[in-house]
Amino acid sequence: MNVASIIRGARRLPLSGKIGLALVIFWIIVAVIGPFIAPYPPGSFANEEVFAGSSRQFWLGSDFLGRDVLSRLLSGARFTVGLSVVAVAIAASIGTGFALTAAVGPRWVDELLSRAMDTLISIPSKIFALVLVAAFGSSLVLLTLIIAITYVPGNFRIARSLAVGLARLDYVEVARARGEGRLHLALVEVLPNMIKPLFADIGLRFVFIVLLLSGLSFLGLGLQPPDADLGSLVRENTSGLAEGALAIIAPAAAIASLTVGVNLLIDAATQGKAH
Amino acid sequence: MEAQHVDVRNLCVTVRRPDGSPLRIVDDVSFSIARGEVLALIGESGSGKTTIALSLMGYARIGASISGDITVGDATLDGTGKATLAAQRGHRITYVAQSAAAAFNPSRRVIEQVIEPALIHRTATAAEARAHAVTLFEALALPNPATIGSRYPHELSGGQLQRLMAAMALITRPDLVIFDEPTTALDVTTQVEVLQAFRKVVREQGATGVYVSHDLAVVAQMADQILVLNRGTVREQNAVRAVLETPADDYTKTLLAAARPVIKAAAPIAAVGKPLLSIEGINAGYGSVDRNGRAAHPVLTDVSLQIGRGAAVGVIGESGSGKSTVARVVAGLLVPTAGTVSLDGQPLAASLKGRTREELRRIQIVFQNADVALNPAHSVGEILGRVLRFYHCTSGAALTSRVAELLDLIKLPAAIADRRCDELSGGQKQRVNLARALAAQPDVILCDEVTSALDTVVREAILELLAELRRDLGVAYLFISHDIATVKALCDEIVVLYKGTRVESGLRDTYAAPPFHPYTDLLISSVPELRTDWLSGVGSQGKVPFAHLPESADLCRFLPRCPVAIAGRCDVSLPPLRTMAAGNAVLCHRTEAELAGEFA
Repeated sequence: MNVASIIRGARRLPLSGKIGLALVIFWIIVAVIGPFIAPYPPGSFANEEVFAGSSRQFWLGSDFLGRDVLSRLLSGARFTVGLSVVAVAIAASIGTGFALTAAVGPRWVDELLSRAMDTLISIPSKIFALVLVAAFGSSLVLLTLIIAITYVPGNFRIARSLAVGLARLDYVEVARARGEGRLHLALVEVLPNMIKPLFADIGLRFVFIVLLLSGLSFLGLGLQPPDADLGSLVRENTSGLAEGALAIIAPAAAIASLTVGVNLLIDAATQGKAH
Repeated sequence: MEAQHVDVRNLCVTVRRPDGSPLRIVDDVSFSIARGEVLALIGESGSGKTTIALSLMGYARIGASISGDITVGDATLDGTGKATLAAQRGHRITYVAQSAAAAFNPSRRVIEQVIEPALIHRTATAAEARAHAVTLFEALALPNPATIGSRYPHELSGGQLQRLMAAMALITRPDLVIFDEPTTALDVTTQVEVLQAFRKVVREQGATGVYVSHDLAVVAQMADQILVLNRGTVREQNAVRAVLETPADDYTKTLLAAARPVIKAAAPIAAVGKPLLSIEGINAGYGSVDRNGRAAHPVLTDVSLQIGRGAAVGVIGESGSGKSTVARVVAGLLVPTAGTVSLDGQPLAASLKGRTREELRRIQIVFQNADVALNPAHSVGEILGRVLRFYHCTSGAALTSRVAELLDLIKLPAAIADRRCDELSGGQKQRVNLARALAAQPDVILCDEVTSALDTVVREAILELLAELRRDLGVAYLFISHDIATVKALCDEIVVLYKGTRVESGLRDTYAAPPFHPYTDLLISSVPELRTDWLSGVGSQGKVPFAHLPESADLCRFLPRCPVAIAGRCDVSLPPLRTMAAGNAVLCHRTEAELAGEFA
């Protein structure tokens, strides 16, 4: 897959997909360069007035302590996007790895993994995350791991059903009859054919993770001050809700545009591939 | 000229290529059908025959557009007549699809589904429709016509479902019935019954029909007129007899020739002496194995066969006969519950794990459906290259040149190595599928229905290729097929399997004339012949005396279907294996003289 073919693929996307792609690219850029272009340090009390409206000096107004919302948004996006990407990568690697093991391994391995995942999935994900955060505290690394583990079983379920279906196909049988090892069967014969649906699942799970992270932060169990992700920005400004402050609308709109953008892109990309 | 019942003028169907340019998949096709006649559309896959049939219902697949004039009764394509074609679907124009098993809703009783069109279009009350359905079931020779409707689809056989689908199509007394390859997915023995039922009901009801098929012999039984299509254009249109006896077009001649495969590459004389591969007393099945060593779903019972070096042995039988299971056992994919497989006199381990890489290399398997037998994520070069690296440790430039050599062997251009399999045609895929087995330089190739999914013309080419490879490379085949004509064309020895037991085995020539096993006779006589009166002549052997008996492992398996079973012998003990004068071994209670007399 070279750059030209990616661009060609992007051109072929329907309008909704292009909007999604634009939003996703926008947020990736913000996550990368946001803190460098922020007009104020995120923690500085730049404005005397709290919950100020939009002005030339403070584009998105000020928050409940008089900090610049735009600066806080720019640095918060990095946490939300970065943490979610890392968490989803961990979740998908573990989930898909287990799924492939289950698909090409002996039956008892499949049983063992599937039942273990069933146990994990039967625990509501938010409660599970809450309990773990409450028990182990809320460091950045721990938070990422907890969120990743929360989403392993879901990814495993999808990946396993794909892999088990593919592992029964004739080309896998042929490879098996040839005497190929399990690693070859899993990585060369099965995995490449499940990448596309798996990608859709990973994208969806990314959205879930953004929302879970925002939810945890909203409850005060996510990132701890002075760091703030988009969810904690919403939470700390809840007192501005009554007056419709920009300080609460802006981060909420940011979460919405990020998740909607990713969803639009996934929908368009997977639909295109179905044809 | 009197207006015809179905009239199609200048029909074109256009789709868009990926780059947006238009592509005509049906180009300027005109024909007409008189009331009560059946027109056959015949051609290879991609000839546009189904597209034309669907356009008679005013239906085009997504992305395709229809132009031209179509009139069916009062209805026209654009609605300038009394109605549009699209509005007539399921009512005045009905459709019988290829796979009835996939067309029925598994969670509803069949009668509800059969009468549904009549209820939706309000052509009859529920009671009337039910009564009509029962008469149709009777006309279609379905067993227990009064009660069969209360069953669920999974309780019925493929042939029965296909006939029920015809009943569904006829329930509204339509002006036109479209049969889209309705017997292609059926076994030959079932196909005969279904064809007979179709022909009877079409004649009795005076229905007008369009019969889409790739099989000239089948069409010869069903149609009055034949329209030969190739790449969306009409090659020839004439009465059935004229097309069969005096074909005017070259393409029709090719189709006719391909219907009777004759291998031109001279078959070598199979070496005598020690067999290369021998299978002794195999019992195998699926599901868990009990204490007595029997599988929960036994498939094969005491199957033995031998393949000499460079020989071609055919295994034939209908679906469910266990012929593919034989190949899986030999390949080591399925562990048998009893019996051994030996290569060059050395017994092979039952499972893949116990076999050495060298042993695995010498036996290669080729599956029927090249669409799922080739990994769509890899290019042709990668697929072939992997086998070379795996068995022969070939790499670098040697690998590239060896891949090119292999592609040359299967008569494909070397440039195809960079293509993905989903960019290839069905015949090309099947060639690559074969090349992958050849890459291992095996002694035996297990061909599991390798020609079954192909068109007749492509099939002939693949058979020719197999014969050439055998002549040039000395590779032996275990050739599995349900089509006796294909097996006879390629193999020098044939084994007939019925429900997992070997009922007959012998050299090819012994299958030319009786005595045969009664099942072999049924198989041979069920293959449609290229004459219009064939269907009237078959299946007149009379009643089957033990049709009421369940199939039993302690008696002849074929007993419930055998027309020549003898009371007091066949329903009492297992049949003996008799060797006939011609050299073929037959598992039957009947003596050679009796068998020769019965089927003379």
